[in-house]
Amino acid sequence: MSADPHLAVVGAGPAGLAAALAAAARGLRVTVIDSAAEAGGQFYRQPAQGLGARRPQALHHQWRTWEKLRDGLAAHIEAGRITHLKGHHVWCVERKPHAFIMHALLGPEQQEPAAVRADAVLLATGGYEKVLPFPGWTLPGVITAGGAQAMLKGGLVLPGRTAVVAGTGPLLLPVAVGLAAAGAKVAALVESADPKAFVAHTTTLTAHPGKLAEAAQYATALLAHRIPIRAHHTVVAAHGTERLEAVTVAALDADGRVRRDSERRISCDTLAVGNGLLPHTDLAEALGCRIDRGGVAVDEEQRTDVPGVWAAGETTGIGGSALSLAEGHIAGRSAAARLRNTQPDPGAWTAAARARSRLRRFFSALDTGYALPAHWTEQITDDTVVCRCEEVPAAAIREAVDELGAGDVRTVKLLTRAGMGWCQGRMCGPAVAGLTGGEQPPAKRPFACPVPLGVLARAGAPGETTQG
Amino acid sequence: MTGAACALYAARAGLRVTLVDRGPVAGGTTGAGEGNLLVSDKEPGPELELALHSVRLWAELAAEPGMGAAVEYERKGGVVVAAAPQGLAALAGLAVEQCAAGVEAVPVAADELHDLEPHIAPGLAGAVHYPQDAQVMPSLAAAHLVRAARAAGAGLHTGWTVTDVLRTAGGAVRGVRTDHGDIHAPAVVNAAGTWGGEVAALAGVRLPVLPRRGFVLVTEPLPRMIHHKVYAADYVADVASDSAALQTSPVVEGTAAGPILIGASRERVGFDRSFSLPVVRSLAAGATRLFPFLERVRAMRSYLGFRPYMPDHLPAVGPDPRVPGLFHACGHEGAGIGLAPGTGQLIAQVLSDKTPDLDLAPFRPDRFPEKEAE
Repeated sequence: MSADPHLAVVGAGPAGLAAALAAAARGLRVTVIDSAAEAGGQFYRQPAQGLGARRPQALHHQWRTWEKLRDGLAAHIEAGRITHLKGHHVWCVERKPHAFIMHALLGPEQQEPAAVRADAVLLATGGYEKVLPFPGWTLPGVITAGGAQAMLKGGLVLPGRTAVVAGTGPLLLPVAVGLAAAGAKVAALVESADPKAFVAHTTTLTAHPGKLAEAAQYATALLAHRIPIRAHHTVVAAHGTERLEAVTVAALDADGRVRRDSERRISCDTLAVGNGLLPHTDLAEALGCRIDRGGVAVDEEQRTDVPGVWAAGETTGIGGSALSLAEGHIAGRSAAARLRNTQPDPGAWTAAARARSRLRRFFSALDTGYALPAHWTEQITDDTVVCRCEEVPAAAIREAVDELGAGDVRTVKLLTRAGMGWCQGRMCGPAVAGLTGGEQPPAKRPFACPVPLGVLARAGAPGETTQG
Repeated sequence: MTGAACALYAARAGLRVTLVDRGPVAGGTTGAGEGNLLVSDKEPGPELELALHSVRLWAELAAEPGMGAAVEYERKGGVVVAAAPQGLAALAGLAVEQCAAGVEAVPVAADELHDLEPHIAPGLAGAVHYPQDAQVMPSLAAAHLVRAARAAGAGLHTGWTVTDVLRTAGGAVRGVRTDHGDIHAPAVVNAAGTWGGEVAALAGVRLPVLPRRGFVLVTEPLPRMIHHKVYAADYVADVASDSAALQTSPVVEGTAAGPILIGASRERVGFDRSFSLPVVRSLAAGATRLFPFLERVRAMRSYLGFRPYMPDHLPAVGPDPRVPGLFHACGHEGAGIGLAPGTGQLIAQVLSDKTPDLDLAPFRPDRFPEKEAE
């Protein structure tokens, strides 16, 4: 280990920033590498400079928390403890005998290479949206719930005038309220979960006064904006010729099947669909880290099973910004001690550890309540495009399963090309798994983003220049 | 792939066939290959004869209704390039010998190379064009051959693992035991590819099949920029090498679906599935040397597989004299897709007590010593 140990943090969202601050405050040299133009990640996404946003805090929770992170980051950068590399898309973390090299791409075309060498790496790569197909989902005007929120937070543009917000999960509430507050008419909030499903977890859910207050605020805001809520309902189809004109919404029966007699059409020009998030694990998987239930597996100190690799935040499992902050803090402190060959003292982070276990319990209870309709794949008609990159319709996937002997996602991919295109199955993965009738296996993407062959041909070769 | 072809030809020969795989269709090396049907990379000898026979059978299969399009059969031809004059001389020498063995091989002068491949690097010494080289999409090929075999009456059990080879008191094969029950048959064909040694061991015989790892790089989809399978002359030497160390020689080709496939690496590292940046880096370097425009083309993904390597680079095809009723059809290294129909047909012929179209002596499964040489 070097005398002045260097930690690379991949991701500048809540987890990455909390980790970087905790590590830098304990004397580590830290490089934060992030793909965005500004720190904050998806949760604290900042309006693009030049748009003249006067009150960006209006769209954010916990603005004070963000101010602390932002000011802490600025102070450490000033003091030379933290280097913040913006606009760096890390496509691979290479493990060397005594170091890690983060290979990144930068520039508007993501063609320019950059490499950072560090003694250890902390992955805080967050999560991404789970997208599921349904008839009409590729029409312009259909966006993801996270996409709608990013537009609100980052671009301050109103995506449309009459919106329906649909899917399942806690993200739908702020999206509906945000759209309404920005001046849109929200014609319906369509949530597929059955409110009764939460009853079994009342104790866990009510153990969070903060979260309850947050939920109550949203309920008030929904009322104030007169947003109709349709619980245990789902969007069956989106309609339109050139772009979205309406959606069909239907109630679900006790088995989670669509009740055809309840179908009704709602006119709208925007449909924001959210079905929850999935952990971003590409870099961890290529490093050989163990994946557990979709997220990077970590121990009490947020260490992965690969020596020198920590992980924190939603890459380890979806749980929101407060959990990400707690995990990041613990990971940063652990790395600070371990990189100096000392034993960390868990007694020093008991508050963060308590918050972590409480929030993990809370989100696991939420997770069992929020659920897709049990028979959601039945809604996908044969002509519905499932893989947009390769234009694979549901019929092709069903044929591979029924007639060509494909019983798993990998074989379906080989026989239909679903998931082989530009997004590498990030978008269609859950749908292909659903149609195949199996689990979604770890994706194994050696490149976290596409990389020019000329860059790849020189990556990590002798003579390559590295920072750090 | 080989199992699918054996099942197809055996079922069409009128035999009762059950196809068993512990995984899904194309779950092993087949799903990790490029789908090469090559004669160009083989020196004159029994493997080249099997390749020429198979290339003819592939053309027949592709001519069946719907089959050619379904398996993305394309007789694109191969172009083997030499960077320097010495390499070209060796290449031309090999081509002359191959022609004598029945291969079509056309020398291409340096100034004609751009007519065949407009985007190839300038300054190469020359090339040889092999019009018989072709390609299929390997997973689709296996799946559609299995479908055809089932149409001819074969049964299919995917997800069934063979746990033992059942034998009579006299030692003859009488079926297999699987984790889903016994299947009785007087003949068992071992088409387990890289894992063929394990199945042979269940029958009590040694078959030295070793994994030889290879990576393939896949680019973003592009309009057709590369028209043939293009590779450097040193590929032939790498294929024939016995070394366990990493070897890479650029093999570049466009596909029907748009992406360009870049191979080929060879290393003997057991069944290690971890990603290797150095291997993939050298593939990218080799490909950009052959086609400079690839510098700015993005790699989307990379996959790896394990070729079934045998010490003398020849597959094991035919009856095993040590165990009556046991047949082998494995160990085709990187040529299994190409050699599959020939192998399947030969196996069907010996199963039906017919004289095989090719002499099987060079492929005898018992040609190796019983104990591994020190």
